Amino acid sequence: MQSLPMTASATATAASSGPAEPFLRLSGIRKAYPGVVALADFSMEVRPGEVIGIVGENGAGKSTLMKILGGVIAPDRGTIEIDGVAHDKLSVAGSFKAGIAFVHQELNLFDNLDVAANVFLGREPRKYGFLQLVDSERLSADVQPLLDRLGAGFEPTTPVSRLSLAQQQMVEIAKALSFRSRLVILDEPTSSLPLTETGKLLEVIRSLKAQGIAVIFISHRLAEVEQVCDRVIVLRDGHLVGTLERDEIDHDTMVRLMIGRDLRAAYAAPGQARGRVVLAARGVCSSAFPAGGVDLEVHAGEILGLAGLVGSGRTEFARVVFGIDPPVAGEMLLDGEPIRCPCSADAVSRGIFLVPEDRKIAGLLLDMTVAENVSLPNLRAFASNGLVSREAERRQAERSRAELGIRAPTVTTRTSALSGGNQQKVVLAKWLAMSPRIIVLDEPTRGIDVGAKAEIYKLMRGLADAGVAVLMISSDMEEVIGVSDRIAVMHQGRISGILEREQFAEENVLLLAVGRGLA
Amino acid sequence: MLKKDLGLLVLIIVVGAVVAIINPRFLSSINIANTANLVGLFGIFAIGQGFVIITGGIELSVGSIIALLGVIFIDLIANQGVPWPLAVLVVLGIGVVMGLVHGWLITKMRLQPFVVTLCGLLIYRGVARFYTADATAGFPFGVSFPTLEWITTGRTDIVSVLTGGALHTIAIPHSFMIMLVIAVAMWVVLHRSVFGRYLYAVGKNEEAARYSGIRTTRVIVAAYVICTTLSALAAIFFAMYTRSILPSGHGNFYELYAIAAAVLGGFSLRGGEGSIVGVVLGAILLQVLQNLVNLLGIPSSLNFAVMGSVILIGVVADQQFARRRQMRQHARSTATAPGAAVPVAGSSTPTPR
Repeated sequence: MQSLPMTASATATAASSGPAEPFLRLSGIRKAYPGVVALADFSMEVRPGEVIGIVGENGAGKSTLMKILGGVIAPDRGTIEIDGVAHDKLSVAGSFKAGIAFVHQELNLFDNLDVAANVFLGREPRKYGFLQLVDSERLSADVQPLLDRLGAGFEPTTPVSRLSLAQQQMVEIAKALSFRSRLVILDEPTSSLPLTETGKLLEVIRSLKAQGIAVIFISHRLAEVEQVCDRVIVLRDGHLVGTLERDEIDHDTMVRLMIGRDLRAAYAAPGQARGRVVLAARGVCSSAFPAGGVDLEVHAGEILGLAGLVGSGRTEFARVVFGIDPPVAGEMLLDGEPIRCPCSADAVSRGIFLVPEDRKIAGLLLDMTVAENVSLPNLRAFASNGLVSREAERRQAERSRAELGIRAPTVTTRTSALSGGNQQKVVLAKWLAMSPRIIVLDEPTRGIDVGAKAEIYKLMRGLADAGVAVLMISSDMEEVIGVSDRIAVMHQGRISGILEREQFAEENVLLLAVGRGLA
Repeated sequence: MLKKDLGLLVLIIVVGAVVAIINPRFLSSINIANTANLVGLFGIFAIGQGFVIITGGIELSVGSIIALLGVIFIDLIANQGVPWPLAVLVVLGIGVVMGLVHGWLITKMRLQPFVVTLCGLLIYRGVARFYTADATAGFPFGVSFPTLEWITTGRTDIVSVLTGGALHTIAIPHSFMIMLVIAVAMWVVLHRSVFGRYLYAVGKNEEAARYSGIRTTRVIVAAYVICTTLSALAAIFFAMYTRSILPSGHGNFYELYAIAAAVLGGFSLRGGEGSIVGVVLGAILLQVLQNLVNLLGIPSSLNFAVMGSVILIGVVADQQFARRRQMRQHARSTATAPGAAVPVAGSSTPTPR
């Protein structure tokens, strides 16, 4: 790693130091599976110190490309040239040797170990000959420079469990650096990061670039792609549909290329004037913020965006509303009546529904079929004398499938086989099959492609228009501003401010999110 | 019927056939009736264990419950002069309470099922020994309960009854018939009812079940109540079958028979998987194996070793089949739709039940 430039002053110059020779060159790559061309005639070059964005909807061919680069699958045609040597495929070891490192969406860290142990797992420096004890001092000493290069604000001895998500990603990147990687591929690194953390990660990408390390940045968050990439490659249905150079990178252009149409339509027009208050929270606080207290009114017919940093207590508030956790203090009124929901079943019976943050763990039973998932919250409606009628279940699932446009081979397909967007639609279908009064959606479009996002926005708007109160928790600034009728911002367990439509601006949301007043 | 169940049935038939060829006594009506009786006795509480295992839990106190409730039952009817129907209700009632306590400790106090029921195992065994001062509980000379004995240990040749004595087949022990009735009822509960679906949901993913508005606590408590109540029922049958109970040894390891039957029957100890047919077949296989040890002249000290080996082989084979199936499925789904938004028909597996 000594061979790489390490000075901070290089930040400004490295990018402009002229185009270096590409060390990795893909040409004419094609990969087809029976019935689908996953990647067709794809070519790209990677130069040291370049940040390349790859965007495209789910199924556009990004994962296939990553698998080819990682040596997991072999292309049918085309060559992969590394340092001038052509290969028709890479092996996993070959990819590693070429200096390609992956940081996946799901982090592979051991949170019971400290940072240094994670970085050098399996390669710990040893001491005392045959005793093979871990040389902790050397371990820390070896890891420290890696962390310095990333500008990480934590120590090698910090337990990973104490790190934020962005910091954990830094640990993964430090691991990549420790292998002297030349190309770091970040797969959806920001999809689970809060706003402030995202900034930190983008900073890290810039410092990698300054050190001559190439980065491939895959993201659904186009604003970030716009900020950090030198070049953006847009994929659609396995085809390279556009390469945008630095000054051509622009949000709307990317979207147009990705989906072949304009996105503005995705954000459905704001609805009619808001109706009566459906849910009122008075000083509701969760055990995570015993000193907090949420005062919030959600009206019928509106989409109320709930913004804030991750960890500001939004999810905890949603859990209290839905009866998963008991409130520490405060009261809730539904249509003016005080209510208590000691159990999620009580909330459901009152028409308070929640689409949870993590659809794979909390939203769905992945081992069960679409029909079984859809009927679950309201199973008694599909049963007579306590016995479930599979026929009734199937009929409802077919209805939901048609209404929500769930793309699944059959309603008896297991939900684990569906794409993220379709899984999320199944979660929605669970609740839409009943009649909601208020529905809370916690990060409803995380990790979902643009097309499916638009459909989910449309469903939310449809609910609001039907008089349902919709509370949408989201960390995606674009989405909060594009979709909401009002935005409430949370900070440390309290509502720090509510923005009306004419006050909508990223700046305002951010100011409230960090606990400062509006300018 | 699942493929797994079918595989198990074939295994039972094959083992049975081999034993029958080596020692024809295996098919004698007396041997079949005896084996059926044991299948009935063990099957009753194995079904209960199945319910707990589906929730991802485990019930280790079954053997001790059978000992404790057995001595209580015998004491009530033989020494205390309690009418036996009342005694049956009392014993079943204690079973219900035990399940409520276990369930409460596990759900509300958030203790691990293993710990809670291990303590149950120790406590009930200790209380049983204390109850009789370590003496054997039994019936005094001359005391008899003809109706109770007929119900629990009697045998009826159903064909003979139906044809008015014109035809004769094997007299089937009542314990086996009652086990079958329970199995059918529990099959409906587990595989067709709302509660059964909740059980699977809770066992597969408790979090998601909670987020679907299911009262998961109730579901889990109910599973333990079913298990301990069926164990209590089994305790009565065992008490009447052995007629004397040594509280230090009676029912030892029975919880492990139940767990073994469930595992053989395709239950996953992680929860969310298993069927009634499977656990009943598992209980049958275990008894056939015991019978095999006796009939083939294998030293009876090897009894457990034979059982353990067969379970191990069965589980390993099942694992291998599952892996191969998964690989085939994986190959098919990646071959047709690499990262495509719409999955293909090949990867769809309706839950067969």
